[in-house]
Amino acid sequence: MSDAVVEVKGLWTVFGDLVVHRDLDLSIRRGEVLSLVGGSGSGKSVLLRQMLGLERPYRGSVQVFDVPIHNCDVRLFKRIRKRWGVLFQHGALYSALSVFDNIALPLRELHAFDADFIRDIVMLQLQAVGIDKVHASTMPADLSGGMVKRVALARALVLEPELVFLDEPTAGLDPDRSEGFVKLIRELHDRLSFTVIMATHDLDTLVSVSDRIAVLADQKVVVCGSLKEVVEFDHPFIRNFFLGERGERALSAAPALQGA
Amino acid sequence: MPVRDPDVQVTAAGDGERVVHLSGAWDIRAIESRVQALQSALRDAGPVNAAHWDLSQIQRFDHIGAMLVWRAWDRCRPMRLELRREHEIFFGACEGAAGTGTLAHPAPDPLAPVVAMGRGVLAAAGHALEILQLFGQLLLDAAAIIPRPHLRPWREFSASIYTIGAQALGITALVGFLIGVVLSYLSAEQLRLVGADVYIVNILGVGIIRELGPVVCSILVAGRSGSAITAQLGVMRVTEELDALSVMGISKTLRLILPKVAAIAVVLPLLVLWTCAVALIGGALSAKFQLGMSYLQFFSSLPAAVPEFNLWLGVSKGVVFGVLIALTACHFGLRILPNTESLAAGTTRSVVTSITAVILADAILAVIFSDVGWT
Repeated sequence: MSDAVVEVKGLWTVFGDLVVHRDLDLSIRRGEVLSLVGGSGSGKSVLLRQMLGLERPYRGSVQVFDVPIHNCDVRLFKRIRKRWGVLFQHGALYSALSVFDNIALPLRELHAFDADFIRDIVMLQLQAVGIDKVHASTMPADLSGGMVKRVALARALVLEPELVFLDEPTAGLDPDRSEGFVKLIRELHDRLSFTVIMATHDLDTLVSVSDRIAVLADQKVVVCGSLKEVVEFDHPFIRNFFLGERGERALSAAPALQGA
Repeated sequence: MPVRDPDVQVTAAGDGERVVHLSGAWDIRAIESRVQALQSALRDAGPVNAAHWDLSQIQRFDHIGAMLVWRAWDRCRPMRLELRREHEIFFGACEGAAGTGTLAHPAPDPLAPVVAMGRGVLAAAGHALEILQLFGQLLLDAAAIIPRPHLRPWREFSASIYTIGAQALGITALVGFLIGVVLSYLSAEQLRLVGADVYIVNILGVGIIRELGPVVCSILVAGRSGSAITAQLGVMRVTEELDALSVMGISKTLRLILPKVAAIAVVLPLLVLWTCAVALIGGALSAKFQLGMSYLQFFSSLPAAVPEFNLWLGVSKGVVFGVLIALTACHFGLRILPNTESLAAGTTRSVVTSITAVILADAILAVIFSDVGWT
């Protein structure tokens, strides 16, 4: 088994006349937290959706766990899908199901565990993401934005995934909640050692969670490396994004850069 | 080292003590297919505290595996336990979740059916009241735009006329035609028995113009446009478009609901006329084949067989039913909450309620006008 959990090779994305990705390469190593950054329209979300098999690239391949997911046996792909968890930007909780049923659904779909066991696991997951059990029977429509994200994270993690996709995990949360949520992700990652691929706009999130950062610009990954390497790379987008006044503030808090 | 399947072994140590060895991969993907076997193997290992538990040979572990073992232990740690340090956290999580294992279920109430029925009646009354309020609001809006022509929502009105009326011409014609043919065919069979062939015109004329035309047409429109209106308003709630209208100070009853109600009130009577005409053509066609009645004879005896009042009644029914359908659809559309469940339930309720309302109103009108319009 190779070290890369996800391997994107020579990927092209084309919408009509618009080329979003041109011959893009990216590889994500086992156990790391990789952040995808890029301006609006740089194709972060599309890339994420292609890694999830929701969209097919125009050309090129995406390998997850060494399997080319756009070109493999349906049953094999189904097994791979059980090994990853996804946190969608708006949570994507099933609004017809309660919090409890949302988290229990993936477990029930396995048809392996009895109701009692599933209940214990769901309660354990709720506990792990810091949701009180009194909210177990709440409907998603009655949850606050921060709680939706936490419940969605619990649902993404309930099948003990080896790979977790986070799409804008802190979008729509206030700075306090967002910090708490980032801390939670960091804690769970340290404890359970899954691989994380995260698309984000938020500098604070980026700085505090990522092991490596991939910058999407000019239709490809212009640089992929540690925060230090990325900041030192000379590119107009990076100058704008990281080294503006806003960037200075976030970076000043980054331990990796202090004394550098 | 290759990853082995999860396994439970019981051995006896030197001092006669039993040792339970757990080994292999105890993660969800390994456990998934053999839950039952592992559960019974753990159970067969005997009383928890009578044995020494050796979990140090477990290669992969996760919450699911830990929970399986934890439940076999009756949710408390055995006294003698050997565990890898990195696996400690999973049992920590199980312990943390201890006592949270019960979901609160309210005790069943013996009076629940009565309470539910009472709630249902109150809800129905509430809906009726709110629909009445909505109607009142629309009248106020309509009065408000009379002196202010620039506020009149002509664009929305004409768009609604097109989607509710013009686009429904095909389906209403098809259904009307088939009903005319079938009704004429069935009646002709009976009339021929008693030799009252000419009365086919009376039966079809009165039946279609007075009852079937308006009702069938209204039911079609309720299913087609009523549901569309409810779903549209519901989605606008979900996407916060309704709130956006409110904060811009644009009245949603004036902009969204009034044009729809007005458009239906104008268009449904026309659709009723159209449906009746096509149904009569279908009836005449069938009468020609069944009874050999010529088209000329059929349509020239129609005015004598069906007094003019029936036509006005049919058209007025179109107006009344149209307003009922539109009001019901808008009412349920505005009440939809921002989630898919509510959208589905609201749309269903809207269509069922508006069809029921149309049939109820038709029955009431039938009683009121029972003495009028006969030859």
